[in-house]
Parts: sequence; structure tokens; C-alpha cells
Amino acid sequence: MSFERFYVHNGQAWALAQVPVLDEVSFRREILESCAAAGRLVSLFAHGPKDKNICIYAVVGMDHEGRLSVFSMQVPAGKTGFESLTPVLPQAHLFEREIAEQSGLQPQGHPWPKPVRRHQNYSFYQIHSEEVHEVAVGPVHAGIIEPGHFRFQCHGEEVLNLEIQLGYQHRGIEKMMEEISLERAVLVAESVAGDTVIGHTSAFCSNIEALSDTQVPLQAEMIRAMALELERLANHVGDLGALSTDIGFLPVSAYYGRLRGEFLNLSMELCGSRFGRSLCRPGGVLFSLDEGMIDDFRRRLLKAKKDFTDVAELFFSTPSVLSRLESTGRISRQAVEQLGLVGLTARACGHERDVRTDYASGMFRFHHIPVSTASSGDVYARALVRRLEAQRSIEFLLEALQQIPSGELLNKPSRLKPDSMALSMAEGWRGEIAHVAITDSQSRICRYKIKDPSFNNWMALSLAVRGGQISDFPLCNKSFNLSYAGHDL
Amino acid sequence: MNSFIYHLGILLVFPPLLLGVIGKTKAFFAGRWGPPLLQGYYDIFKLGRKQPVYSVTTNWIFRMGPMISTAAILAAGIVLPISGLKAPVQFGGDMILFVYLLALSRFFMVLAALDTGSSFEGMGASREATFACLSEITIFLNLAILALLSKSLSLSGIFLGGLSSSWGQVGPVLILVVVSFFLVLLCENSRIPVDDPETHLELTMIHEVMVLDHSAAELALIVYGQALKLFLFGCLIVSMIFSFKIRNIAAEAAFFTSGFFGLGIAIGIVESAMARLRLNRVLYVLYAAFIFSIFAFIVILVRGHA
Repeated sequence: MSFERFYVHNGQAWALAQVPVLDEVSFRREILESCAAAGRLVSLFAHGPKDKNICIYAVVGMDHEGRLSVFSMQVPAGKTGFESLTPVLPQAHLFEREIAEQSGLQPQGHPWPKPVRRHQNYSFYQIHSEEVHEVAVGPVHAGIIEPGHFRFQCHGEEVLNLEIQLGYQHRGIEKMMEEISLERAVLVAESVAGDTVIGHTSAFCSNIEALSDTQVPLQAEMIRAMALELERLANHVGDLGALSTDIGFLPVSAYYGRLRGEFLNLSMELCGSRFGRSLCRPGGVLFSLDEGMIDDFRRRLLKAKKDFTDVAELFFSTPSVLSRLESTGRISRQAVEQLGLVGLTARACGHERDVRTDYASGMFRFHHIPVSTASSGDVYARALVRRLEAQRSIEFLLEALQQIPSGELLNKPSRLKPDSMALSMAEGWRGEIAHVAITDSQSRICRYKIKDPSFNNWMALSLAVRGGQISDFPLCNKSFNLSYAGHDL
Repeated sequence: MNSFIYHLGILLVFPPLLLGVIGKTKAFFAGRWGPPLLQGYYDIFKLGRKQPVYSVTTNWIFRMGPMISTAAILAAGIVLPISGLKAPVQFGGDMILFVYLLALSRFFMVLAALDTGSSFEGMGASREATFACLSEITIFLNLAILALLSKSLSLSGIFLGGLSSSWGQVGPVLILVVVSFFLVLLCENSRIPVDDPETHLELTMIHEVMVLDHSAAELALIVYGQALKLFLFGCLIVSMIFSFKIRNIAAEAAFFTSGFFGLGIAIGIVESAMARLRLNRVLYVLYAAFIFSIFAFIVILVRGHA
């Protein structure tokens, strides 16, 4: 069966009827073919309206073309499963497990059909041997972090396998989005992951704007881009500090910690919240910078830039630090392709994957931030990419401060279009955030699909520690610093 | 009798101060004020007042562990001369008792750790035992060198005057031994670059992870025992450096105290200047310590120790 492919762009809305509906065989073939042709699964989810059959939507991103192909498959009534893609397309593994959990459709032939978030007594992978011992870590941890369970199979100090079990933070966010008003929904979007407030909220807002044909004022676009980069800066610098704490390099860790505070404080001056809450609203932003604040921001950013350069120079030139980071927790370029890893993790393996460049929207259509990559795929590479990105974010902010457009801050969105679908993506500091919204005939949101980069990348952590030392796990974990809440939703 | 009380008093009171000196040094390099100099004492008193919690899987071995372990370290301190003070107990061969009392202490900590049945503590116990194999032989080799030089098999004989002429004759050898002792000190007392006493990451710890299940007074004992152990290793180094005899108790006490502050600062500087080693590289530190002392040993043998 041949059909006309339907392409969309980041931040676009379209009528649901435009999405091609395929049968199971061609749906499967289409996913495999487009992924073979440099495509990547951005989202794959089931939507089951009350009185209709379940429909599975696929969003395949063509990174080099800057557009995404959207198509769907109607599951006939009475059918309880579909043929799993995972054996031939590993990057579908978690999406399929999620579909099984959310809609009850079983991916037949899936090698590891474990629930994603509601794992009831599903057994852990275990190696039965006298010499292999099992180490269970979490879900309550020694540090002040989120809950997650890690099950290691170890031979002495060597890790043979790590199984990560999440879901302890599951709050039912996607379901909540269908039931609450837009005014509350934006607050929920801010809470998807507490450290990626701007990333998720700007993706949410841009969906609502697309669905209601709202033009966002230029000034608001600029403020959003700046807030996104401030968020990236604070987190990258904080993570470099956490890395140095983990390896016991204390002078630098205190310094990084202070710098993170500087960036959080800038965010607080901008919107009253150190973590960027109550800044983005559908239609624009609530706050901007006046003349005096712009000067103050520039002065403080220049100071922070100098401090960051100095401390990063010390960190990245100390031999004992390098020997600890290099070739620890390596993941291969191939793994990035096979598992569809995104963001910082992919870039640290040499993949130029960056929503700001590949699917530029908002202010990033006018301001191009160079993509930072490293090639070795180890903890060092991930630290290095953080350093480069932090530097480029500061450069962008300094440039942006001189060019903040004037005019409106907020255009109130009107009613959403009925029977439509919208997709928006943002490059959060961890990587690609993708939100898909579907409205019903009464213009209400009837499906809201959120994909945090952590959803793609948790598997990378498992791979990174495989064959390594168990004592390196905390360092590897910190080098990814994935979100539990963002994964669990 | 009086000297015994002095000796015991020093062993009981002085050790936690060394932790404070290290803490202040590290804080200085990190640009912070850091915890008070007396934080070690506060911690011990705080822990002492708490109510203990025991896991149901443990039995008496778990509770005896910290007591026997700390008592063994204290007993080891009794045969070690401090400053100009002779050790209350001394006899030919007491250096062997010293090393094995420390080993006994470790043995009971390992037993207590294994008693919990936790995979963390098992890991810690295995690491502690592995690294101890290498550090023990290095300590013995170093003590053998000192025994050859001072012609005494007693720690008191070695450190109270036995070495005073050796610095002039074989100074470089003694420097090798001091360096070797310093590396062993870092390993045995879980300092950076070997272990991080401040981390909360169980999977990376060596010593700390063994004592995760202990609480209250028993944990206080362990904390004190660790400080004491560091103090004893410090004594070895400081007594070696100030091995000349001055016959003036006040001057010796002053030398000794300043030596200790210097040691604390040196440890603090090492901890600030470098990151922790990867766990499988820790062995290289111990290899290095061993090679330093074997070099020293060969030089002494070849040169003759007369």
C-alpha cells in the first residue's frame, strides 16, 4: 500500500484527519523504512478515545531534513496485540512497553515486556551462579535524589548487568492533562521535571499556541530562549560540580556550586523563581527585563563567564580528574543509533543531535547556537559537552541581552481547534523534549503525550556501566543525571 | 603508673583533633570556613547520646565488632611511644603485636560487616580485606628497616633514640620509609585519593560502607577508633621525623604537636589537590608504597646497617 507521507514541523498543529492511517503491516514497514533512512522515533503512543478503536501514532523525526513524519495505525476492535518492532528496531522497546501499559495492547515478540512504571512483581533479570552476587540500590538513596531502584548483577567488582526500575514518581501527568483546565495544565507542565521547568513548559505552551493559532510576540520568544539557556547553564554547571564531588575533588565542587547559584539567581530576578516557574504561559511570557536589569544581567554574566572559564580550566586540566573521567562509562556511537539516545548523551558520542538546530523554532530560528559534540562517549565526553554548551549558552545570553525586542509580552490564546493534533519539541538541558497534544471534537485536549529525554536515555546508563566497575556507577549516573520524575510522569 | 595514665589520656583525647585540622585545611582550599576544629569531638558526643538501631538479621558479633575493634586499636596504642613518652608496655617484638592488633581490629570490623548480610557491607569488607593484604606487608617491611637501623625489635627502642644517628647516615632511606608510611596512612585511614571519607555514595566507599549499619554509641566508638588509628599512623611518621632526643619534655611536646598539625595539613593538601582514584587503581598506591619500602630495604641490606 502506498500513501502520501505527511510531514510536520516543530511547533505546528494540523487536523487529525490529515494523518495517514495505515494497516498494521504497512505501519510497521513505514516505521522500519523511515528509521532506516536516517529517521528516529520521536514518539510512539496509543490513543484510545472512549467510543472508538485504539489508534497508535508514530512520530518519526528526520533530523537532517528538519521535519517529522506522522502516521498512525487503527487497531481493529477485539485485537489485543500487535507485532513488536523491538527485535528489529531496539529504539522502540520502551515505547512499546509503555503502549502495553497504557492501552493494554501487547507487543507480541517483545523480548522484555516489563511494565514501565507500574511493575507489579515483574521479576528482575538474574544470573544464577555461586560467584555472581546481586546488589540492590534504592529506591531510597543516601543522597537527596529522586527514587529509583537499581539492581546489579556483579562478579566481584565488575558489573555484568544493571537493571533500572523506575515508576516511583508516577503521578499520572498525561491523564491529568486531559482532565484539567488550561490554566492548571500549564502549572502541571511546569512540574513534569522540577529541573526542566522552562523546557517542558515552553513545549507545552507552543502546543497550545499552535492549536489556537496564537502568534507569540517576539519579545516573549526571546525571553523563553534566554530562560531555556539559563536553565541549561544552571544545570550543566551544577552537574559539573556534582561530578567533582563524586570524585572527591572538593575545591572545584564548591566553586561550581556557587556558580550554579549565580545562574539560578538570575532566573529568580527574571521571573521570581530560581527554577523558572511562572515565566512561560500559553501565548507568551509573564515577565521581561527592563533597561537596568539588562545591564545588571550583563555585568553578572560576564563575571560568571570568567569564573566558569577559570574553574573549568582547573577541572579539565587536573590529571587525577582526567584519569577518573576518561574511558569510564563509555557508550558506543552505535548504541546511540540503535537505542535512539538523545541530547547531551548523543552529542557526547559524536552525534549532532540538537533540537535547537535540527528543528529550530522560536528564537532559535534567528540565533544559531553551535552544536557541541565530543567523540569518546565516556564520562569525560559528557562533562566536556556540558562545559562547551555552558560556554555557548553564556555567549548566546550576552548576545541576546543586546537584542531583546520590544512590544507585547503575551497574546492570550483563543479557543483550541477541534479534532487537531500538535507537536512541539524543545532542547531541554538533558536533550529532546517532545510534547504531542490531540484535541477532540469539543476542542478539549483528549490525549497529551510527553516524552522527556530521560525516557530515551535511561537505557544508556545501563549500557554505560556494563562491564565496568560497580564503584564507578555513581559517577556514570551523575554524568547522565537523568530525571526520574520526567521518566515516570 | 603515672606515665600510663598520661599515655592513655593522650590516646583518648588527642585523635579527633587531627580530623579537625584536616577538615579546616580542606575547607581553606575550597574557600569555605569549614566545620569547627573540634567537630570530631562533637560528632562523637552526639552519636554517643543517640539510641541504637539494630537490624534483625544481626547477632552479637555485630555488636561486639566495634568494641573489640576499637579496643584493639587502643591496645596497639599502648605499645607505641608518643612524643618523648615511653610506651607503657614494651618488649622485644612488640612491633609485631602492634601490627597484629590493628589486623585484629580490622578482622572484627569485617566480621561485623559480614554479619549484616547486606551486599553493600559485603562489598566493603571484601575491599577492606584486599587492600589490607598489601598494606600490612608494607608496614612490616618498613618496621623491619627501622628495626635493622636501630637494632631494636621494640617500638619504644626504635623511636626513643634508636634512630637518632640514622638520619645522618641513611637519611634518604628514611625519607623513602616516611613516604611509604604516608601512602599506607592514606590507604589505611580511607583518605583521598584512596577513599573519600565524606562521600555518601555507598557503592564507591571502602571503609565507610562496612560500618553503614552501626549506629549510636557503637558508631561513636568506630569514629573514635578511626581517628585513633589515624593518630597512631601519624605517630609513626612524626616520631620518625623527630627521632632525635631532646631531654626536654616541653620542647618535645611542642615538636610533636607541630609535627601533628603539619601532618594534618599535609593530608588536607593532598585531599584538596587531587581527585579520588578509580577503585582498581588504589592497588597502585599500595604498590608504590611497597616499592618505596623494598627499595629502602635493599639499600639497607646492600649498604650494611652497622
